[in-house]
Amino acid sequence: MAEFLQFFFSGITVGAVYAMVALGFTIIYNASEVINFAQGEFVMIGGMTSVFLLSAGLPLPLAIALAVAIAVAVGIALNVLAIEPARGASVVTLIIITIGASILLRGLAQIVFDRQFHTLPAFSGETPITIGGAALQPQALWVLGGALVVVLALGWFFTRTLMGKAMRATAHNRLAAQLAGINVRFVLMLSFALSAAIGAVAGVLVTPITLTSYDAGAMLALKGFAAAILGGMGSAAGAVAGGLLVGIAEAMGAGYISSDYKDAVAFVIILLVLFFLPRGLFGGKSVERV
Amino acid sequence: MPLPPRRWLDDPRRGGLAALALILAMLPLVLSNRFHFDVAIHVGLAAIAVIGLNLLIGYAGQISLGHAGFFGLGAYGSAVLSGTHGWPPLLALLASALAVATLAFLVGRPILRLRGHYLAMATLGMGLLIFMVITNERAITGGPDGMSVPGLSLFGYALGSRDKGAWYALVAVLLLVAVWLALNLIDSPVGRALRALHASEVAATVGGVDVAQHKLIVFVVSAVYASVAGSLSAHYGGFITPDAVGFLHSIELVTMVVLGGMASTYGAIVGAAVLVALPQFLTAFHDYEPVLLGAILIACMIFLRRGLLPGVLDLVRARRP
Repeated sequence: MAEFLQFFFSGITVGAVYAMVALGFTIIYNASEVINFAQGEFVMIGGMTSVFLLSAGLPLPLAIALAVAIAVAVGIALNVLAIEPARGASVVTLIIITIGASILLRGLAQIVFDRQFHTLPAFSGETPITIGGAALQPQALWVLGGALVVVLALGWFFTRTLMGKAMRATAHNRLAAQLAGINVRFVLMLSFALSAAIGAVAGVLVTPITLTSYDAGAMLALKGFAAAILGGMGSAAGAVAGGLLVGIAEAMGAGYISSDYKDAVAFVIILLVLFFLPRGLFGGKSVERV
Repeated sequence: MPLPPRRWLDDPRRGGLAALALILAMLPLVLSNRFHFDVAIHVGLAAIAVIGLNLLIGYAGQISLGHAGFFGLGAYGSAVLSGTHGWPPLLALLASALAVATLAFLVGRPILRLRGHYLAMATLGMGLLIFMVITNERAITGGPDGMSVPGLSLFGYALGSRDKGAWYALVAVLLLVAVWLALNLIDSPVGRALRALHASEVAATVGGVDVAQHKLIVFVVSAVYASVAGSLSAHYGGFITPDAVGFLHSIELVTMVVLGGMASTYGAIVGAAVLVALPQFLTAFHDYEPVLLGAILIACMIFLRRGLLPGVLDLVRARRP
């Protein structure tokens, strides 16, 4: 039981990060139908920038705030320089553009920063909390709490504010939203800013546990995309559930089956789910209009 | 719909193929050193895989983000069978291609029911799973360190990877065969069915096309193209690592298709040529290589959406009376 709990704790922590990455995918997808494979790079930028600002002598809270701000700036730049000019391009073309952006950002990171692994000090000590015989890092609570705050804040934003409602309207029907006076270009920009901020927050929170490096984003993007698809592309609740599921499945797979194949577990599950539910867990029934 | 009669030179199966054969025959006059030949051979091998993938993406409109998996299975199949087990390379190549075709046939039906981003995810997952198996089964594949592959020998004639001239000739002939087969497929009833289901699956079904069956056919064909290209690359390079199977290689293949021009078989060769040659020039920029590569990818996709070859051909056709 203690063993199971231990795997569960590590799974849910990683899962919370995947959930935040998947939320980033979902927000951009809903605003623009773009799958942003550079999403993992926002996580990397959040982690790496705060590490370097901290070592430059800034206090941790300020370093974190600046790191998130920089990630947001990168997100907006990505939208303005690469996504907006390609409006109306095919799905494949847009996928290649965002992958090009992720290669570019990774390349920039290894020039601006370096090729080493880095970590941040844990926010509130490293003394593990023991629950049912399993150890839980205090930093894991920060990750889980952070993910919860992000989810609640997004829920409030999308249901209670005018701007959030405008974003949902745009996701539902771009043209109708435009006719109703919504500035859809601003919505698109906001979606990139929001996704980048969420990614950067995830990166800052998880760096004390998993370390970070210039190429940490690549696998995170794939896992986040997998989580978003598992939940059903476009569904925010699905993204969170998908992220947690992928994280837990991975930890259980690594613990009980083989750590070599820990990454494989998530993808096997996704293939099986897609074979039986072609639109993911929360994607609804597939309907085609003719 | 009867196609309008084409002029001989405009017919891709005659004029186009003749032009390609001429270019391939003349190219050695320009290639001045071994390095140039090496790049040309790599372009040819990549082009074979890309022509197959173009059938799937460009003509049938189905995306695959896992084609490096098939490429890698071909490469490792050849490496293991001919290296570890001492099979004749040609037999190893055919056996690998058969195994890949079987795998594509088995996974193709459930995967190809998916659409859009779900299909992208499923093919991506399939490619990653193949990558993970190859990376983790160290006893068979050498793991992340890779494994060496014996040289190619055909009917008793050995082709070392230093034999640039002979390799060039072999790859050139195979490229012509690959193009010829692809063009024939495109102009066959299967090809017409693929274009029909690309435009609308519902309309194609109503028109009597077995959509699932045709998607599966083109998926298997494109997987075999990738497998053969993989086997040959392994023999030519003499050494393979899991990089050949990785996600980035899958993306490179898709980019070659889009860059050359979707649904343009000759464009596939142009796309392969640009993307294989580009990093060779970019190595001069050392640390800035990935930055430039990313920027060039983005710029090409924004400014050349129809791809290089169709874009240029449109310009030429527009000028003709």
